[in-house]
Amino acid sequence: MTLHTLNQGPANRSGLESCQRALQAGDTLLLIEDGVYWSLPGLPCGLELPPQVQLCALEADLQARGIASLAQPVDDAGFVDLCLCHERIVSWF
Amino acid sequence: MSGKSFLIISRSAPYGSSAARDALDVALTCAVFEQPVTLLFMDDGVLQLLAGQDPQPIGQKNLNAVQQSLPLYDIERLCVCRASLDARGLETQQLLLPVEAVAAEAIAQLIAEHDVVLSI
Amino acid sequence: MALEDIAGQAIELDAEGYLTDLAQWQPAVAEYLARGDGLELTDAHWEIIYLLRAFYAQYQHSPAMRPLVKAVKLQLGEEKGRSIYLMSLFPQSPAKVAARLAGLPKPDNCL
Repeated sequence: MTLHTLNQGPANRSGLESCQRALQAGDTLLLIEDGVYWSLPGLPCGLELPPQVQLCALEADLQARGIASLAQPVDDAGFVDLCLCHERIVSWF
Repeated sequence: MSGKSFLIISRSAPYGSSAARDALDVALTCAVFEQPVTLLFMDDGVLQLLAGQDPQPIGQKNLNAVQQSLPLYDIERLCVCRASLDARGLETQQLLLPVEAVAAEAIAQLIAEHDVVLSI
Repeated sequence: MALEDIAGQAIELDAEGYLTDLAQWQPAVAEYLARGDGLELTDAHWEIIYLLRAFYAQYQHSPAMRPLVKAVKLQLGEEKGRSIYLMSLFPQSPAKVAARLAGLPKPDNCL
């Protein structure tokens, strides 16, 4: 099980594409910084997650940008928990 | 020395920033500490492996020179993302070193095979 | 930084005794620096010094111990490609000492 963090928004599509390529069942994708824009509900050509990948987004980054997200919100303590309960962490930036 | 296996994912083009050089330095350092290292080049990182680089006019060191020393550090497994090559119209034969072209579906597996993954 | 008069040349060394201008190197410089370390250079030393200079010319960096040992093994054979042999020639830290005598930068990844 791997935790993936993505901090690039729609201006840098290759971050999303590479990240999506690397996801597999059981992994968690945590959107942070501009990455949270990928969880905009009406986004065309947005996220395509494989089955059994959990989608989370950092609450403070959602709130800062005024996004009503489809992702499960996570606070800083939740971020730490996610880091601890996955075997490895990969940052996509 | 027992250790952890490292996968280093290098995703930046060679001379626009120090990221490519940094990834290589991290790989060499892991190897010096006798940790098994695999390198995965994806996105613009595949451009690091183009043969015939000569960055002297822009005052930088040739990355190809350091790359050729990888076998001396026992870094033998070099992977490239096939989709990233395709997206840039490149073939593995154009690359400086013998590499393993990895299909998109195999990248998740490669990540899962290693203890530590560093994306630089 | 210190300026040393070596074989009629004013040669600048950094705080750790490495040449600041690699182009100033000549065998007399290696002999001078070796004397400072209490070493008398023999053919066995020169063989490693020139191997290191060739390594640097090809790979653009000074090797740490592990790749140095492997490069020596590949070029000079199993007998010499061992850390104990290199330790006997360049005591304490062969990768650093030999790089300094060879007029090369200090290895980056040295333990």
